[in-house]
Amino acid sequence: MAMMVRSFSAPPVDRREVWRYAGHRGADVEERLSLLLEECIAEAMPRLQYRVAYLELPLPLTCFAPEARAVIEERVTGCHSVMLFAATVGVEMDRLIARYSRTQPSKSLLLDALGSERIEALCDAFCAELAVEKDREGLAALPRFSPGYGKLPLAAQRELIALLDAPRKIGLALNESLLMSPAKSVTAIVGIYKENV
Amino acid sequence: MNFKAFLKEHIFLLDGGMGTLLQARGLQPGELPERWSLTHPDVIVEIHRRYYDAGSHVVNTNTFGANSLKFDAAELENVISAAVANARRAAAESTGAQSKFVALDIGPTGRMLKPYGDLDFEAAVGIFAETVRLGVKYGVDLIFIETMNDSYETKAALLAAKENSTLPVLVSNAYGADGKLMTGATPEAMVAMLEGLGADAVGVNCSLGPKALRPVVEEYLRVASVPVFFKPNAGLPRVIEGKTVYDVAPTEFAGEVAALLGCGVRGAGGCCGTTPDYIAALAAAARGLQPQPIDHKQRTVISSYTHAVVFDREPILIGERINPTGKKRFKEALRAGDMDYILQEGIAEQERGVQVLDVNVGLPEIDEPAMLTAAVTELQAVLDLPLQLDTSDPVAMERALRIYNGKPMLNSVNGKRESMETVFPLAKKYGGVVVALTLDESGIPASAEARVEIARRILREAEHYGIAKKDLIFDPLALTVSADSTAAKETLRAVRMIREELGCHTSLGVSNVSFGLPARDAVNSTYFAMALTAGLSAAIMNPHSAEMMKTYHAYRALAGLDENCADFIAFSETLPATQTTTAVPVTPKTVSENASRLQEAVVKGLRERAAALTAELLKTEPPLSLVEQELIPALNAVGVGFEEKRVFLPQLLMSAEAAKAAFEVIKGAVQGSASPRGKTVIIATVKGDIHDIGKNIVKLLLENYGFAVVDLGKDVAPEAVAREAVRLHAPLVGLSALMTTTVPAMAETIALLRKEAPWCRVMVGGAVLTQEYADSIGADRYARDAMEAVRCAEELLR
Repeated sequence: MAMMVRSFSAPPVDRREVWRYAGHRGADVEERLSLLLEECIAEAMPRLQYRVAYLELPLPLTCFAPEARAVIEERVTGCHSVMLFAATVGVEMDRLIARYSRTQPSKSLLLDALGSERIEALCDAFCAELAVEKDREGLAALPRFSPGYGKLPLAAQRELIALLDAPRKIGLALNESLLMSPAKSVTAIVGIYKENV
Repeated sequence: MNFKAFLKEHIFLLDGGMGTLLQARGLQPGELPERWSLTHPDVIVEIHRRYYDAGSHVVNTNTFGANSLKFDAAELENVISAAVANARRAAAESTGAQSKFVALDIGPTGRMLKPYGDLDFEAAVGIFAETVRLGVKYGVDLIFIETMNDSYETKAALLAAKENSTLPVLVSNAYGADGKLMTGATPEAMVAMLEGLGADAVGVNCSLGPKALRPVVEEYLRVASVPVFFKPNAGLPRVIEGKTVYDVAPTEFAGEVAALLGCGVRGAGGCCGTTPDYIAALAAAARGLQPQPIDHKQRTVISSYTHAVVFDREPILIGERINPTGKKRFKEALRAGDMDYILQEGIAEQERGVQVLDVNVGLPEIDEPAMLTAAVTELQAVLDLPLQLDTSDPVAMERALRIYNGKPMLNSVNGKRESMETVFPLAKKYGGVVVALTLDESGIPASAEARVEIARRILREAEHYGIAKKDLIFDPLALTVSADSTAAKETLRAVRMIREELGCHTSLGVSNVSFGLPARDAVNSTYFAMALTAGLSAAIMNPHSAEMMKTYHAYRALAGLDENCADFIAFSETLPATQTTTAVPVTPKTVSENASRLQEAVVKGLRERAAALTAELLKTEPPLSLVEQELIPALNAVGVGFEEKRVFLPQLLMSAEAAKAAFEVIKGAVQGSASPRGKTVIIATVKGDIHDIGKNIVKLLLENYGFAVVDLGKDVAPEAVAREAVRLHAPLVGLSALMTTTVPAMAETIALLRKEAPWCRVMVGGAVLTQEYADSIGADRYARDAMEAVRCAEELLR
């Protein structure tokens, strides 16, 4: 039972997804906008890290406050363990967003959208890898869920971050308002169950 | 023997992992290991004792996370006193015959510092200071700051250690596989900052195994002038049948670490996954190794939160534009507290290729300490260049030095006694490379010899303060050639003499030379070339001068600093091909054609074009009619498109930026004359919330529509909002919040505004807000998006 860290190489950028996050609902993106996005991608990509800290715990859980524990265990009924994870693309993304938010907000907006797309892509990459590894052991993984969504209280974030030793392992910290720094970070829980043979 | 003396003459062995051993003995996930010093003292003593038995000279107390964020005052004192007592007991019980020391272990707080987290730098210093004072009180021999993955937090911890003890301080950082800290610093940048702040030894620990971290350690050895130590993990962890196993065994670990002891590393131990077996193996492998002498490198180096800049053969460009002298627009920005303007200047200079930014925000009517601190905070949040803190106000200098994230340049000291007595103690305490002007009580001597004599005097005086020659850069002062035809030549002689006779680096404010002359660029760039040839190391200059940049790039190519002239060729491609194509092709058009083209440029979001067309139109059109007849209609067209969902947010912003560029040109033209200020709107992201992209978008649009926006930033306390609303008698405040957890802070702010500034209206927005939410917290209006915020403001302030 140890916190582990895994680094990923950059998953390919899904540009449609970035546009969706940026509030561009149109089908066609005009050239000047797509050029601006390409500029953002070129500037951001070399500065991003893709790190995940994770920890597998057997069920029933001995940690988490009773309320959160009940919600988690309900969500993973029938599972024999849960994988906790925290993922981040690093604080450089925050710096880039802040830099342009003061000088060129359109670029800041696209970088922010790119950051959202990147962190989701990282979570997807981690979960895909997890599914493959678990499959080898005859296990399968449920879809991930996060504090603040559904019934799991946002406050569960505190314990998740502490259990994963996230500040030390991947440089992910929580502030007093339960906001994560770096901003483009995700914490989540995945139920692991035995596949019916 | 105290540890400082021991450090000078011995290889020192540190201890190994603690957390992994405690887990093996039943420490539960999420449980605070520091409490075990009180609840399981025998376990802790036994682990410490086994490390001493294995040969460790230094054992770290079980206080990695012992700070006031995790423990209340009483428990913190108990935890630390027990931890020190346990280590002392272990040292007494151990059979090891070596010298034994107890180190106060200090790990990171687990919180991120502002601006990307919410922990204030001085608050972090305060947290570490409490731990340090308790460690000193209970009698540790040294302080061991470790596993720091952020340069800024490392600085807070080291500053706290230095300010609250006289014990030796060892500082260790955790580097990733990319060889950098998680917040971006290179080993060279860290060593520069830590040596500047007076660390007694610097090291590398945690994150990876000895092989993976070897390049980082070698880099430490290359640049450090203090002892280097190494405390890696036992490789990488793997889970095998539910158990954590590290992939480097004790003998292999010991071999790899001891090899580095042979290369100059002076201290070694282990981190996660290492046990007393690893330390015993290491002690065996290190037996008989003699400590390598510490090599004092004469490196003149400064750093930012990411990288170091070294003064050597490469000429260093220091951007001079962040300085109000002779700049009306800059002064206006300073008086209005317009940080965006300062940031833009800095970013533009970086894009032009400077390596350092000079930061001078001194104006007689301004609170310079507050302004310089704010400017440094803002600049280092978004720019990775080292800064040159340029002020004659010692209070401003000290405050900026404290909060600077790296090792800065200080501008300046001079040969006057008072100047040296003020600046040198600051430079010694915080670290920095000091620019020393060769003038004294009797002014600037005419001859180079006399200036060099002052330089010698400054060097001697600096030495008394413990400031090494390498941390001084001399500025022998570029004087105006039009006032004295030999002045320019004499300064160059001084440059050469300082370089050759004193072995010191030099810097010049080149542009002074041409004061009072026409075609100043030609004079400046030629003088720059002459000075470089005379051995000049750095220039404070204007990077927007094409002539200066041409000289810089040409010099590098000619001096053999630019392999295959690659940089020069790349630079030349950014130059306009011929003179004729440089002018913006708008002149031949009629005024009305240009006007409609300006509208088009705004609608299409073309910034440069909008600015150029505005400049052209201003030659014939009054500024106000440009705003009312061109810019506002264009913005309205885009705004309506946005509301009708034909135009999307990114496009709206590009148009707003184009309009802003046009407004900037107009502002420049109408300066001095009463530029019409619109109604004041204060905006802020509420306390606890650090995401302000939405607020910044609202700001941009409000400014476009002529409102005088006062932006209080993010994480703003209710009291600060109320204070400004009262001070400015602001009719409208806009508040944003992103998280449900920060909406209460918004409610609190509104309640306070109702009490203190009852005339003031409040509009709110942000990701989690809805009309219902806004109503429930008593806001006057809810704005769904930035365009609606503009409409709200127009309506509320009609």
